[in-house]
Amino acid sequence: MLHYIGQRLLQLIPVLLGMTFIVFMIIRAIPGDPAQVILGQQASEEAIKALRTSLGLDNPWYIQYFDYLKGLFTGDMGDSLRTRSPVSEEIWPYLAATFELSLFAIIIAVVIGINAGIISAWFQNSWFDYTAMVLALIGVSMPIFWLGLMNQWIFSIELGILPTTGRENVRDPINNITNFYVLDTIIQGDFNQLATVLKHLVLPGTALATIPMAIIARMTRSSMLEVMRSDYVRTARAKGVKMFWVVYKHALKNAIIPVLTIIGLQMGLLLGGAILTETIFGWPGIGRYIYEAIGFRDYPVIQSGILVVAFIFVMINLFVDLLYGLVDPRIKYD
Amino acid sequence: MIIKKQNGGVNLGKKKIVSIAFLMLLLLSTALYGCSGGDSESGGDSESEDEKVLIFGRGGDSVSLDPITVTDGESFKVTKNIFDTLINFGEQDTEIEPGLASDWQASEDGLTYTFQLQEGVTFHDGTDFNAEAVVANFERWAAGDADQFPYYKSMFGGFGDEEEHVIESVEATGDNEVVIKLKRPQAPFLKNLAMSPFGIASPTAFEEAGESFGDNPVGTGPFQFVEWQRNDTVTIEKFDDYWVDGEPKLDQVVFRAIPDNSARLNALLSGEIDLADGITPSDSETIENDENLQLFERPSMNVGYLGLTTTREPFDDPKVRQAMNHAIDRQAIVDSFFEGRAEVAKNPMPPVISGYNDSIEGYEYDPEKAKELLAEAGLEDGFTMELWAMPVPRPYMPDGQKVAEAIQSDLAEVGITAEIVSYEWATYLEKAAAGEADAFLLGWTGDNGDADNFLYVLLDQDNIGSNNYTYYENQDLHDILIEAQTEVDEDARNELYMQAQEIIHEDAPWVPLAHSTPLLAGGTNVIDFKAHPTGSDKLSSVDLE
Repeated sequence: MLHYIGQRLLQLIPVLLGMTFIVFMIIRAIPGDPAQVILGQQASEEAIKALRTSLGLDNPWYIQYFDYLKGLFTGDMGDSLRTRSPVSEEIWPYLAATFELSLFAIIIAVVIGINAGIISAWFQNSWFDYTAMVLALIGVSMPIFWLGLMNQWIFSIELGILPTTGRENVRDPINNITNFYVLDTIIQGDFNQLATVLKHLVLPGTALATIPMAIIARMTRSSMLEVMRSDYVRTARAKGVKMFWVVYKHALKNAIIPVLTIIGLQMGLLLGGAILTETIFGWPGIGRYIYEAIGFRDYPVIQSGILVVAFIFVMINLFVDLLYGLVDPRIKYD
Repeated sequence: MIIKKQNGGVNLGKKKIVSIAFLMLLLLSTALYGCSGGDSESGGDSESEDEKVLIFGRGGDSVSLDPITVTDGESFKVTKNIFDTLINFGEQDTEIEPGLASDWQASEDGLTYTFQLQEGVTFHDGTDFNAEAVVANFERWAAGDADQFPYYKSMFGGFGDEEEHVIESVEATGDNEVVIKLKRPQAPFLKNLAMSPFGIASPTAFEEAGESFGDNPVGTGPFQFVEWQRNDTVTIEKFDDYWVDGEPKLDQVVFRAIPDNSARLNALLSGEIDLADGITPSDSETIENDENLQLFERPSMNVGYLGLTTTREPFDDPKVRQAMNHAIDRQAIVDSFFEGRAEVAKNPMPPVISGYNDSIEGYEYDPEKAKELLAEAGLEDGFTMELWAMPVPRPYMPDGQKVAEAIQSDLAEVGITAEIVSYEWATYLEKAAAGEADAFLLGWTGDNGDADNFLYVLLDQDNIGSNNYTYYENQDLHDILIEAQTEVDEDARNELYMQAQEIIHEDAPWVPLAHSTPLLAGGTNVIDFKAHPTGSDKLSSVDLE
């Protein structure tokens, strides 16, 4: 098993390297000069030229790429062209914010999605099944920003029970220790703040969870339907095993494998792609960080940000692959 | 890895445990949600002390809080409240008033300025504010270069011993007196000193902090820096020893970045923020009809225009450019897309700027006249062109795409076929600056309320490739603008600018469209907020009910 993990990690390196090269070339190929964008319309030509030089943008591309790689190997992800702070320091709070949101969203998506899928399969063609699948279809097709704004209007403005934006109540901020606010409030035993932080997670979390939830539900349903037709399930039922155990123990264990793949992929997508949700809900996450960096042609942030997200994505999928081994004893890694 | 399955045992199976755990988590969070009832998001009534905290929502985060190093409005919005400048602008205009300098005298030849400084002022870190501190600030700036301190370069020409550097020396001639000598007269000198980038910082602080001063700024302003959570909030709190009695009235201000305009308005409607900048004009009705909200207008100091690149056919012919001016119905555009919150523009600079030439008659909306002019230019059958529109809302033009569509249909009436083109914002600017656009929508917000800041920067041949995107060149105009830069007598100077505007009007390198009034909104509990034309608002006299 360790050998397998080691192999996978080694494979990571050429993948990530290739990715840095592609990103590097693409962002330099698009028009738009970072110095010009950073200084804005109101800056003079000399200022722009001077900034280009001091940021090293005058060097030939292979020098810039080589400098960047050199930095990476020493843990230096470059300095943001805009804020001049090291990306490795800046990026952490954004990552934590998105991670917390994505985790919340994926938990909702998994809990509701899997259970909805199971029950739909169990009571196939019932009203529950039809309703659930229609809702799933709507969920996948709904534009997130519209859903987000609608939720804000209904729950924050009309009903006044949930906040519109942000991670915390700005009038009463929490003490930030780890950048994971849920964790921080638990550590400090401040349960009022814990409730506030969770309330702030609800709207963006559910908006973000809609698509994965729908996909997971549909996937679980179809996978379960297949499994429920199999011989061993028929045997279990013939033996008199209660239906609940047949479904939740025997069938689910076998049906879950393709769903695990989906969950892993969705989690990875959520991490990098929560940018629409983060914009609507003013969530200071990594999606917005990288997206705004693209608008500003902030090359180091774009390169390193994408690298970090890609790395996490690959690690999540490695984890999911290992999980298969846990669930299905036929799968062995050596 | 192999797991042995136990046959018929009491092995619950991992899946079931996991499912139950998830269900419990769901129940737990619902329970917590339920028992937190009573704490409210809106209003400050969860505060234990009766602190006045103003939450100001804006569209983006600041870049740095060291004002001399930045050029973006979001940074100045905050630094305006942490730092003071030697000279202040008026509350809602760009007239000059005493700031950290209580009085000043300028020599006849405009080369020597003597400033008497306010006494009894301290920086947030306890350092005394005095002539030496002022000198230290100027020395710091003059020792930099264009990429570190871009606005110093733009306003004062250069650095150190460079020929273009307008300031020759800055000396402390007493504890509270500073003398600044210039190499050449600079008419807008005092206005420049009032600009946000030139806030006076604590020498103790910036000498110690060096490059990271922007993460922990120290000034003499009404508020001192507390905390900055990137892309989220900047918190500043009342400086008790502020040198103006009775100010600031607020205890704390938090600037909050909410990028989406609708989401920001939602946050205002739900009471989570007290003040919101960047209000879309079409939301103004919602706000006016809401009895808990009030609308604020930012006095206009901008211009939105259609630039006609003079190096591209057929816009190299002034008759064609004049035809364009006659063909477009500006009033209709202002009425439809600015919701009436704008003035039709006939000059490149707004009326509030001294030297504005009101006697110029704007080009009337006259499609027949336009067709005549086109015929005279040999284009009776019209022509095709690309009309560039910006993809993002700008303070001078909330909806460039719609304005472009209106212009397109106006042009069709006179036989001109316009194809609307758009690029991502940074790309748009780069290509337009390179002269690739036939005609493009763009605009400008003034920095210091001076005419030079509009006319020279946008239309002089010196700035082709910089902010003169139309590549417009006129030697007579250039001579006048250069002369006006060093003319110290205000009336003579205004005369020169009047002439300049006439030349520009004749040559018509632009179709000036509108001077818009950007909007803000706030709760009715916000008292005495006055929006400033430069976009940076001093909050020292704002109060909360």
